[in-house]
Amino acid sequence: MRSTWMALTLLGSALAFGAGGAVAQTPKKGGTLNFAISAETAHYDCHASDTYATLHFSSPFYSTLLRFNLAKFPEVEGDLAKSWTVAPDLMSYTFKLQEGVKFHDGTALTSEDVKATYDRLRNPPQGVVSTRKATFADIGTIETPDPLTVVFKMKAVNAAMLEHFASPWNCIYAAKDLAANPAIPRTKINGTGPFTFVEHVKGSHVSGKRNTGYFKKGLPYLDDYKGIFTLQAAAMLNALQGGQVLAEFRGISPAERDRLVAAMGDKIRIEEQSWTLNLLIAFNTEKKPFDDVRVRKALLMAIDRWGGSQGLSKISTLRSVGGVIRPGSPFATPEAELVKLPGFSKDIKKSREEAKRLLKEAGVPDLKFTLWNRNLAMPYTPAGVFLIDQWRQIGVTVEHKQSDTGTYLATMNAGNHEVAIDFSNLFMDDSSLGLAKYLSVTRAPENRSRSKDAELDKLYDDHMRERDPAKRKALIRAFEKRLFEQAYQQPLLWWHRIVPTHKVVMGWEMSPSHNLGQDLAEVWLNQ
Amino acid sequence: MLRYTVNRILLMIPTLLGVAVLIFFMLRVVPGDIVEVKLRGDGGSVTQETIEAERKRLGLDKPWHEQFVGWMVGVATLDLGISMWTERPVVEEMALRLELSLEVAILATIFAVLIAVPLGTLAALFRDTWIDYLMRIMTIGGISIPSFWFGMIIMLSLLALFNWLPPITFTSIYEDPIANLTQLIWPALAVGYRYCAVAARMIRSSLLEVLNEDYIRTARAKGVFERLVISRHALRNALLPAITVIGLEFTFLIGGLVVTEQVFNLNGIGQLFVQSVARNDFTLIQGMVMLIAGFYVLVNLGIDLLYAVFDPRIRYE
Repeated sequence: MRSTWMALTLLGSALAFGAGGAVAQTPKKGGTLNFAISAETAHYDCHASDTYATLHFSSPFYSTLLRFNLAKFPEVEGDLAKSWTVAPDLMSYTFKLQEGVKFHDGTALTSEDVKATYDRLRNPPQGVVSTRKATFADIGTIETPDPLTVVFKMKAVNAAMLEHFASPWNCIYAAKDLAANPAIPRTKINGTGPFTFVEHVKGSHVSGKRNTGYFKKGLPYLDDYKGIFTLQAAAMLNALQGGQVLAEFRGISPAERDRLVAAMGDKIRIEEQSWTLNLLIAFNTEKKPFDDVRVRKALLMAIDRWGGSQGLSKISTLRSVGGVIRPGSPFATPEAELVKLPGFSKDIKKSREEAKRLLKEAGVPDLKFTLWNRNLAMPYTPAGVFLIDQWRQIGVTVEHKQSDTGTYLATMNAGNHEVAIDFSNLFMDDSSLGLAKYLSVTRAPENRSRSKDAELDKLYDDHMRERDPAKRKALIRAFEKRLFEQAYQQPLLWWHRIVPTHKVVMGWEMSPSHNLGQDLAEVWLNQ
Repeated sequence: MLRYTVNRILLMIPTLLGVAVLIFFMLRVVPGDIVEVKLRGDGGSVTQETIEAERKRLGLDKPWHEQFVGWMVGVATLDLGISMWTERPVVEEMALRLELSLEVAILATIFAVLIAVPLGTLAALFRDTWIDYLMRIMTIGGISIPSFWFGMIIMLSLLALFNWLPPITFTSIYEDPIANLTQLIWPALAVGYRYCAVAARMIRSSLLEVLNEDYIRTARAKGVFERLVISRHALRNALLPAITVIGLEFTFLIGGLVVTEQVFNLNGIGQLFVQSVARNDFTLIQGMVMLIAGFYVLVNLGIDLLYAVFDPRIRYE
């Protein structure tokens, strides 16, 4: 027993040394990092975007007030903020800014720039899109008592506000640029980030070079970088294998991982972690028979998530079974509680018997419907095929309709779907984001079940204002229980992130979100 | 000949106008909205107010007839508008990719013609000999193997044999011809093989038909050298259908290399077309359709004029 423990301790130390050893090496300056970006952004404005394509493009050029410390995720740390204080009643946030920060055009950063940025985020002028308008609706006023201090006074408590200040989408823009043209960040880059913009060749690549005046001394390590758009997975894999790109930071499928490992052996590093993404099953509650909770519940109870996760994780990016919060994260529902909720039982035989009974009781024992899905192979197609098979086992016949994103969204927005595979894409685990999709459709247009539930809305609002973490957690549980009992929509499985990087790429931190940690400031090449 | 040419050019105008009208209305009945794809395509929680404001900004809230008039005026003045996705001029977006696509098409055409003409001719002249059989095997391979698959095989072979891949980003031939050709020769080879196979088979069958014509027999009876009979009398006439095939294939290559472009990660017109369709970028799709339609009518005009050069009966009609 003792020797086993010793062996385990030694193994643990060796692993820790191996993993940490790379980080402990002295970073080398210089070199060019070529990496793949599997989508191209339409514009450069972080405030108007929700896609990683914009962040993988723009993050190296910009700074944010706070950011997530990926080594201690979800802890936040300062970026432009040197320090900050939060009022005990959560009604004001005071940030002290770093001194000597300059925009790439040479203008000094002041608190006015932070104010102008957040004013644009919470109240975008005409012709400007801010997809975070609702997120910052609780901010009352922004004050700038001196050039290096900015104070946010709240209209209402928002328990997740600090995390929202760390959102990677809140790129800080220069006040003078916004005053001249509020829409300028769409087409022109002027940030305070570790790299300065060199060129964007549409359809080909974006490149940046080291910002020699970066406020974090000694950073960045790289001379320059090139983000190459590789829209097709095969081209991206070839490029990785051939060394034309050294990393793909979003994530690849298990099959792609296996191909790279087989071909490249120890030249490639694979990092894996659960992902802040999930696929959802959404029943259109405005369509019969899905207005009947028994039908919805029966369909959820027929799904063997635990078995499905084992099979699907081998062929797709789907893996973890979880509720509305990412499994493994601080507010996630533990497995012991999860299995008691409809749709999560491990006794699938019993669960399916109950599902058949419910369908019979609802008068639709031989239910037929159409499942709307997105025509993206990974992981939408395997998820659709899996669901059809699960529902077939309780006598339900399903037609699988996959369409391009435009048609898919249009169908769901118009409420023309019966059942749909929807998705939830978050950048952090905080419930203020994770739960928002399930609010009444009048508040959350992205609620594809089109449900209206005042009880859920109230639970959400209460949890947003709750300062005690334990009480907040209890409200999240109550929200989840209500949601799954009513069976409007439910996560099918959570995604699993697999990131390949060449072994020479150092200093990049893996995280549960592909939207975080992409400023490349601390990335260096060991060559 | 002048009247014939003018007639052909005038016929291009109603064809292009017809395409402009058709594409405008066809796109309006397709479900989907670029604003939705842009703002909610990645799961963003965006208010309806924001969606409506963005639709207004892009002019999508205007009634169809207003949008149509704007489009037709644009076509008439050669202003194809602004891409609703990138918000840059459609012409600029297309021009950026056109150099690459044109170059691949030209390289593939050169490759195809250089191989197909001698190959097809030899196969016809040595009908049912081993030369003919070899040509048939090669051409059947070319027709039956999809270009993108052949492209993948080329890439994987380069990787496996030399641990090397062609450059992944485009360099203009004017900047660095070696880097440019190092990248584009491979896709040109992949699509050129199929192109060459189609043309070679056409030349072979056409030449076989011509060689049985009375005028060939007459030329031989008059004692004309066999080489002259083949080059001046037979091949000249046999090339007419092959010219049509080569012309149409060339035009297809401008916008039709979607998958091949993906395999080689080429920033070409085909990829742009697919992306614009996936994003419901109406203005860009309209511009691309007009560009490809323009190429088709121009190449067809070229083919018609070549027909007139090769066949005097056409110009005297």
